[in-house]
Amino acid sequence: MTDENAPTYAPDDAPEPMIRLEGVGKTYPGSSVPAVERLDLDIPKGEILVLVGPSGCGKSTTLRLINRMIEPSEGRILFDGEDVTTVNADQLRRRIGYVIQQVGLFPHQTIAENVATVPRLLGWDKARIRDRVDELLELTGLDPGIYRDRYPKELSGGQAQRVGVARALGADPEVLLMDEPFGAIDPITRDRLQNEFLRLQSEIRKTIVFVTHDIDEAIKMGDRIAILGERSVIRQFDTPERILAYPVDEFVSDFIGSGSTLKGLNFERVRDIEWNTTFPVATEGDDVAEARRRLAASPEVWMLVLDREGRPSRWVNETMLDAPGATLGSVGPQVRAKVLPNATLHDALEELLLSNAGQAVVIDEKGRYQGIVDVDRLADVLKRMRADAKRHYDQLATAAADEAVAST
Amino acid sequence: MREERIQHAGAEAQTSRTDEQPIPEAHPPGPVPGPLRRIPVQPIAGGIFAALVIWFLFLADTRADNDVVGGVRRLWDGIVALPGILTDTDGYRAWWRYVNDREGWDRVLANTLEHVQLVAASMLAATLISIVLGVLLHRVRGLRAPVLGVASVFLTIPSLALFAVFISVPGIGVGDRGPIIALTMYSILPILRNTVTGLEGVDRSIIEAARGVGLSTTQRLLRIELPLAWPVILTGIRIATLLNIGIAAIAPLVGGTGLGGYVRDGLQRYPEFTAVERMWTGVLATVALALVIDLLFNVLRRTTTPKGIRP
Repeated sequence: MTDENAPTYAPDDAPEPMIRLEGVGKTYPGSSVPAVERLDLDIPKGEILVLVGPSGCGKSTTLRLINRMIEPSEGRILFDGEDVTTVNADQLRRRIGYVIQQVGLFPHQTIAENVATVPRLLGWDKARIRDRVDELLELTGLDPGIYRDRYPKELSGGQAQRVGVARALGADPEVLLMDEPFGAIDPITRDRLQNEFLRLQSEIRKTIVFVTHDIDEAIKMGDRIAILGERSVIRQFDTPERILAYPVDEFVSDFIGSGSTLKGLNFERVRDIEWNTTFPVATEGDDVAEARRRLAASPEVWMLVLDREGRPSRWVNETMLDAPGATLGSVGPQVRAKVLPNATLHDALEELLLSNAGQAVVIDEKGRYQGIVDVDRLADVLKRMRADAKRHYDQLATAAADEAVAST
Repeated sequence: MREERIQHAGAEAQTSRTDEQPIPEAHPPGPVPGPLRRIPVQPIAGGIFAALVIWFLFLADTRADNDVVGGVRRLWDGIVALPGILTDTDGYRAWWRYVNDREGWDRVLANTLEHVQLVAASMLAATLISIVLGVLLHRVRGLRAPVLGVASVFLTIPSLALFAVFISVPGIGVGDRGPIIALTMYSILPILRNTVTGLEGVDRSIIEAARGVGLSTTQRLLRIELPLAWPVILTGIRIATLLNIGIAAIAPLVGGTGLGGYVRDGLQRYPEFTAVERMWTGVLATVALALVIDLLFNVLRRTTTPKGIRP
């Protein structure tokens, strides 16, 4: 890693790099334009790094440079500090799991044999291999008793990719490279596989480099995202939250597309923000006139009526309370928009947009009223996220400038 | 942040708890019923057809006078006469007597085994050469056109000429050696081409995955590419073998052994007593041998095709 690039390409809060690319590039013979421009990249240990970019930007090529499926024409690859640029490529690949979109299971081998590929290459004994295969099938959600002796042609696309992941994890590699692994799978199954894979990753904590062209998948899967432009030049490298809050240039904001602000709401939870706890509230059976007075005194239009256990039940406004014979608990629309503190702000937004009163009511596990979240509060959060990200980048820029001054 | 994102994913998964069940199986467990055991209709029909063609050619060629119209008329006469000849039980009886009483089944069998030896030796050599060469051509694309071209030229050389050419080569001379070399040359093209086609046909993503998990070039070839290409290669070997069984009948003309001896003797004696019977013995034994070998190849294909890629 060259120092002048450090601020842009290595987030300051990243853990130790597992893989480090130093000026790695690829220029094919006979071509004057490099397919991958000299690239410096630290891939943090135990995290998912997503390489995302438009078609043909060279993100797959970049991925294949890491396990030397394509030999880099310049630069060094460091693997946990060890220079692997010139070691035996086949042996290197046995230490790096590799998953591709087309899966590429060996059709003449059973599922168990497929999964056992790398352990067999490494010469493990039979009992150990068998245990490992069963463990991996369990881990990827396939019953070993059913699938062990089946052949790839008997599997659906989703099942095949589960086996593909199991095969890549065969000898428990530190690193997993995934080239659009869920790209050829139908949306419903893809969503399920993504969720399962994230849960799996929370157990196995591998260093994963994940290539996709789908920004939504990148946001969902990535601990960090590198947005690549032409010739695999890194345009922005950061956490999904910060990229969504603060795209550094036009290219990035075009690529992440509209609605990126809303996507950012997925990363914050209701419990992390301050709720409105001064909202006018009454309990069923309270005196109507008293409640009417309190509502008039507050700046709000609506009043929340709780039942006797403290659970939100109805919304009422002044007109409803003024109606002859109105009692608290008998008039006004039912409260439907309720969120738990661990819901995301995106969920909260959806709820409050559907609600009559334009408010999302925060409740605890027992359903009791805790506070109110409204659009203004969500807007504040978005502003804060944006400001935080901007401050982060400003600090980086200042640090880089200082360093440049210090080094001259 | 990590924790939250995992939980977030977890929360999403929880909302679709029912989706968490294993994906419905694409196929019910248990063995899939296989196709009914087939009678090898094709080889039998092929054999009968070949026998008829040989018989007609023989009939049309007994008077080599370049009279095309006459030849066609004689061919027609032959076709018209065929039912009569086929139903003439005397002919069958004469042939049966010849084989059973005069020649003896054991000698027919011995000649058949010699024939098999010729074919087997040449096929073994051709298979080895072709597979090694095929792997090379698969790797080195530039060699493909020239090498396949040469192998095609072999097939255009008239068989009798090719067999005879080796007589004049020192160290080969008369006997079985020349025919074995000639048969090997004829067999290379079908096997070679099928080896290249078979290796080409292996899905790119499978090769990519094999490289990606760290199989070396040799391991990839032996564990992945050749097993997957095997059904296609075997088809090439089968075609070449059946071709060779017929061509090998020429061997006795250059001093070799095999079932061609009966045909040669018959031609030399024609139209003497037992001439036709001798020729028919050669023809029928060759056809029967081809049928049996074809059956063996069917069995071989079933037993050597990996279970996962059987149709």
